[in-house]
Amino acid sequence: MKTDFTNIEEILASLPSLPDKLTAVQETLIANLIMLSEIPAPTFEEEARVALLLQRLVECGLDNVSSDEAGNGVGVIPGKDPSRNILLVAHADSIYSNRVDHALSVLADEIVGPGVADNSLGMAVLATLPTIFEALGIQLDANLVLLCSTKGLGRGNLDGLRFFMDNNKIPFEAGICVEGEKLGRLSYTAEGMFRGHISCKLSEELDWQRVGQNSAIIALNDVINRILEIPIPRRPSTSIVLGAIRGGKSYNVMATQSSLRFEVRSEDADMVRAIRERIDAIIADVASSHSAEIEFTVVASREPGGIDVTHPLVKSCRQVMEALDVRPTIRPSMSEVSELIARGLPSVTLGITEASNLHDLNETIRINPIYTGLAQLLAMLFAIDGGFCNETE
Amino acid sequence: MKLNDWIKNNTIHHSQFWDLKKLVEEKEKQGLKISLCLPTLNEEKTIGKEIVMFKSELMDRYPLIDEIAVIDSGSTDNTREIAATFGADVYLSAEILPQYGEKKGKGENLWKAVYELTGDIIVYVDADIKNIHPRFAYGLVAPLIYRPEVHYVKAFYDRPLAFSQGVRPSGGGRVTEILTRPLFSLFFPELTGLVQPLSGEYAVRREVLEAIPFPIGYGVETSHLIDVYEKWGMEAIAQVDLDQRVHRNQETRDLGKMAFGILRAFLFRAEALGVIGTLPELSTVLKQFQAHDEEFEQISHTIVEEERPPMLELPEYREKFGIK
Repeated sequence: MKTDFTNIEEILASLPSLPDKLTAVQETLIANLIMLSEIPAPTFEEEARVALLLQRLVECGLDNVSSDEAGNGVGVIPGKDPSRNILLVAHADSIYSNRVDHALSVLADEIVGPGVADNSLGMAVLATLPTIFEALGIQLDANLVLLCSTKGLGRGNLDGLRFFMDNNKIPFEAGICVEGEKLGRLSYTAEGMFRGHISCKLSEELDWQRVGQNSAIIALNDVINRILEIPIPRRPSTSIVLGAIRGGKSYNVMATQSSLRFEVRSEDADMVRAIRERIDAIIADVASSHSAEIEFTVVASREPGGIDVTHPLVKSCRQVMEALDVRPTIRPSMSEVSELIARGLPSVTLGITEASNLHDLNETIRINPIYTGLAQLLAMLFAIDGGFCNETE
Repeated sequence: MKLNDWIKNNTIHHSQFWDLKKLVEEKEKQGLKISLCLPTLNEEKTIGKEIVMFKSELMDRYPLIDEIAVIDSGSTDNTREIAATFGADVYLSAEILPQYGEKKGKGENLWKAVYELTGDIIVYVDADIKNIHPRFAYGLVAPLIYRPEVHYVKAFYDRPLAFSQGVRPSGGGRVTEILTRPLFSLFFPELTGLVQPLSGEYAVRREVLEAIPFPIGYGVETSHLIDVYEKWGMEAIAQVDLDQRVHRNQETRDLGKMAFGILRAFLFRAEALGVIGTLPELSTVLKQFQAHDEEFEQISHTIVEEERPPMLELPEYREKFGIK
């Protein structure tokens, strides 16, 4: 197909026929999805899944395929101009431990299984792009660097991507992060964020005088009440999410341990910092009144930032979505795109298809919208490749 | 051939055949055509995945398989629809050779596949495999491509977990270990060399498939092994370790029915070959128990292990394949 466009309108005009052409790679895409998704890849244990991706890229005839010290997998689809580079990222890790049955079910119009949307589909797109390029006769001007990044979720704190960005010497023009869900997703800003873990420990010796009054649960409850008292402004938009709580052993046993996992996000970096200091103070106070050992650690953090809504990259995304009848859902992101933006690389996150039961064992994606999602991705690659997403000086 | 030598020479691990490019080259050199047959009855949960995987890896990427066919016994779920969506040729068993009537059973589908499919080699893969992988087909086909003397390749599954000593128990499922292996040990000792004689995955050359009869039910695997062994000898049989296979587990009661069918098929074979004397009329009814409170009641299952004749005996088949 024609791949040297002189303006974005030409790309938009070529879009309506693209999804149908892409159905030709259906079996390859779904086979890649099955094989990748059925290998467990909890954060920090992505090795086997990344290895399979690299093997698939090698089988497609890519020469430049490697992994790095952080376990990231990288493959390059060479362009005509070796000095130009576009980055395409999908995170490899999922939230499921390797004890979970990772088998997928392929139905007539849906695929079901843990992690199939987040983010096995994103990885499968990376694995299938060389086949798509070959089937459609696409060669870009720029090199397309396919990065499958590790240690992205939770405590991983995007460490894989950070390592790659710290240590590679490739000058990128733009980045696209690929997520399985959901078609229309458009993220180009990042909120400031930190994820905290508070653990509370009491001495094992039971103080009979204080049965019923003291326990790691009561102490943690105090901490939670005090956190909830922190005033949260509407603007800049800020939130505290209490995500998970654990503690205690049984009905009548004094709890000696408890823990809380939570996340604070805000558009304003100062607000994030202020809340963090506030929580530090709360911890010190509660610890002394309960004679408990309370520890507060920040396990992940992000700086707020973003590119402007008028940036040509964002504008092109909207135009492409409109041409494909996809309604954009704009939301700030905590994921890979936030790291790329923080480093000054114009980047967006795009979703590939419609999904439901996200993060449940029966996570489900719809097959048909995938081709629209892929068409959107290709159109954006053409737009970046054609230089239509650069800011005018 | 000594049984130990056979086990050593004809038991192969699928990893030997990782080089699919080489395998396809060799297949093309020999001008072979290979058909994949998936017999189904209500397998909507797993059939789509199997077809996508085989089509992507063994048709599009490496053109090893020339046709993928689903032979369905009349599923009431979406099995046929899903199979067609992903590009398999879908046949209703009853519509193949309708003049011979319709019989229910997996063996019936396998037999009809011999008429409908056109490959020089047919590889049969059950449609209920959860952890499907291309090896389930190429692992079985490869020995037929590389070794002309091999005619019948059977799958077995053995994934060692952690074992501290060198020796660990291995073998087949409950019916294999309790029924088939003891029977083979008594009457066909060489066939005990097969680790899992009842596994549902095997690849066979057409000249074998068209020459042997097919019991339509549970007895088809046992009966095939005995026939191939009698006609072509142990050297025509090979077995391939495909590592782990994840599928539904069956109730002991259902295994009882399976054992009954296998036993009938076995006894008829043994009688026909003169391995045992003349049998009395055998019952087709298996009785099992159920209880209401303190009352015990017998339920009867009629399990008829009918047999389809060798395809070569059918004029329709001879005409289709130009056999004089």
